[in-house]
Amino acid sequence: MPALIPTSTSEAPPQVAARKPRTGYLLLAPGMGWLAVFFAIPFVTLFITSLQVPTGASGVYAPGFDIANYGEALSQYGHLYIRSFIYAGLATLFALIIAYPLAYFIAFRGGQWKGLLLVLVIAPTFASFLLRTYAWRTILADEGPVTGFFNALGVLPEGRILSTSIAVVAGLTYNFLPFMILPLFASLDKLDPRLIEASNDLYASPVTTFRKVVWPLSLPGVVAGTLLTFIPASGDYINAQLLGSITTRMIGSAIQVNFIQFRDYPIASALSVMLMFIILIVVSIYIRRSGTEDLV
Amino acid sequence: MISQRPEMVAALAGSMRSSVSRRRLLQAAGISGTAAALAACGAGGGSASDPTQEPTTEETSAAETPKETAAETPTETGPEDLSDVEKVIAWSNWPLYIDYDDEEVGRPTLDAFSQQTGIEVTYNEDINDNNEFFAKVRTQLEQGQDIERDLVVLTDWMAGLWIRSGFAQKLDKANIPNIKNLVDEYYDVSFDPGREYSLPWQSGFGGLAYNVDLLESSLGVSEITTMDQLFDPELKGRITLLSEMQDTMGCMMAWQGADPSNFTDAEFENAIDKLTEIVSTGQVRQVTGNDYINALETGDIIACIGWSGDVFAMDGNYGFSLPESGGMLWSDNMLIPSTATHKKNAEAVMNYYYEPEIAAEVAAWVWYISPVKGAREAMEAIDPELVEVPWIFPTEKELTNSYVFMSLTPEQNEKYQRMFQQAIGL
Repeated sequence: MPALIPTSTSEAPPQVAARKPRTGYLLLAPGMGWLAVFFAIPFVTLFITSLQVPTGASGVYAPGFDIANYGEALSQYGHLYIRSFIYAGLATLFALIIAYPLAYFIAFRGGQWKGLLLVLVIAPTFASFLLRTYAWRTILADEGPVTGFFNALGVLPEGRILSTSIAVVAGLTYNFLPFMILPLFASLDKLDPRLIEASNDLYASPVTTFRKVVWPLSLPGVVAGTLLTFIPASGDYINAQLLGSITTRMIGSAIQVNFIQFRDYPIASALSVMLMFIILIVVSIYIRRSGTEDLV
Repeated sequence: MISQRPEMVAALAGSMRSSVSRRRLLQAAGISGTAAALAACGAGGGSASDPTQEPTTEETSAAETPKETAAETPTETGPEDLSDVEKVIAWSNWPLYIDYDDEEVGRPTLDAFSQQTGIEVTYNEDINDNNEFFAKVRTQLEQGQDIERDLVVLTDWMAGLWIRSGFAQKLDKANIPNIKNLVDEYYDVSFDPGREYSLPWQSGFGGLAYNVDLLESSLGVSEITTMDQLFDPELKGRITLLSEMQDTMGCMMAWQGADPSNFTDAEFENAIDKLTEIVSTGQVRQVTGNDYINALETGDIIACIGWSGDVFAMDGNYGFSLPESGGMLWSDNMLIPSTATHKKNAEAVMNYYYEPEIAAEVAAWVWYISPVKGAREAMEAIDPELVEVPWIFPTEKELTNSYVFMSLTPEQNEKYQRMFQQAIGL
């Protein structure tokens, strides 16, 4: 019997070694295929389009290598990038401030209601994004009670909420809030409550416990949540369009109008490529600084 | 068909008052004749805009705009007509731009047409914006691929663009005997002289729309009749403009003393500068398409540039006026796309809607101007009150005070659209 073991093991490893990677690649294939078809190829096409040159006819462009498209796009719409990132950044910040206590409450005090509370968080997303944003127009209407209340307090610089940057940031915060709450909840829920007990036993104040124990352990959730909020919010233009005014337009509107109306595909593509690129840089700096690249 | 008429009329008379919001993204480019000739817009009136292009035939238009039609231009004959084999037609129109019966859940005139002719109509309310619709189908049209529409309704300037680009089929007038009912002024439009390719569907005015109650509480007046009032600082942040460049810029140019039916680059730029200046003060809340109706209703805006028929069909205390400096007059036109395979059926639809009685039924519901002779008389039978509404049957007063926007070449259009978009924040 013992003599048999070496022979069987000596035969088995090569088999396993040979099969393992192949299975791995096979399992990866659908995902990689998806990425290739729906990300890599479109991105390359987008990039090539962004360098095309006009032929004179409207909406027809010839292959080329016209870096000037980027300069033109940036000089004309640069301020919209800045505005988009400011709005998206503010919305992310507000979403984090609102979501963290909520996620904390659901994770630690939710008890048997946890599931229900989570459903309540997601429930609004059952209705269309567009519809919910439209609803805010009614809620924030100039002649409505909300605006009336704040006007009575005299805190509105323009005397209204709708069609101001306040409404746009509020709309972005609202619409992307669930994407902040869920990852936060996921990481807080995993947190072992005994660690908090231990921290208390070691005479840490609640603030110190939060700072030294809870917050660091929830960082993966914070990073995931902020990314899931910030990235789509910077490219969003529905909120700016429906809740904003002509002075609050975001970069998405510029891409849309260039693509659909002017049929200026190179400029629209250049704007899109730059948006992706800027987000990529911002996000990689952010991830590096929060030291959690292995978690995202 | 005729025996059904009384019931139809009765049903319509009941439903037309309840008509709510309808389509409203339009503008103007080319009714010459009375409308613009009467408009105090300098020598030559509307026909003054003609020299910019006179595409009397496919050949000359192609020659004039070689870039535009550089690709294989579909011929005016179009693909094989399957009308005799397939009794169907697909029609694209703007939302709520045809009579509709809430109770019967149907479109009375259209249903009657199908019963009468056996032609089944697929009616799509999928044109919300000229630019947007064109963007959707343009590539297909350029490549001669079927856009699966046999009839589309486009505003003058866009209709002109289609005709010049060879995207429309020439009408066989033998199939449209009722073309005799076309109001004379519509016949020789600059973008389609002699109506070789298009027939108007409805016309309307672009001008000042306002919420009377809010106007009283803010400005202390019950109507506004000038652009200066629209831009009164008292209304800061409470007004909107139309996203259709022709309507907004037409009103702006007329206000600045230019003639929107015949203007120069400098005059356009001057109006753009004025608009930019006004936008920078925060006066303009938003630039809208359809939404201005909702904003008027909720009270978010007090006044705006809007479209005549819409405002009159609204319930409540709303008003519409043409600015004293001049408003805009536009029409929407039925066209048969170059790729349509049911041309004869489409022509049958055109012919049908040029029956005065049918035209009156549509006008009574949509509250826009019917381009059909005899619609006025037919309206007497439907609702005599409507005959007196100048926005359905305009008098000289309205016509003299409105302009038809100059027809633009595709290059001009693109240039002006860009300047306009930039002025409104993009």
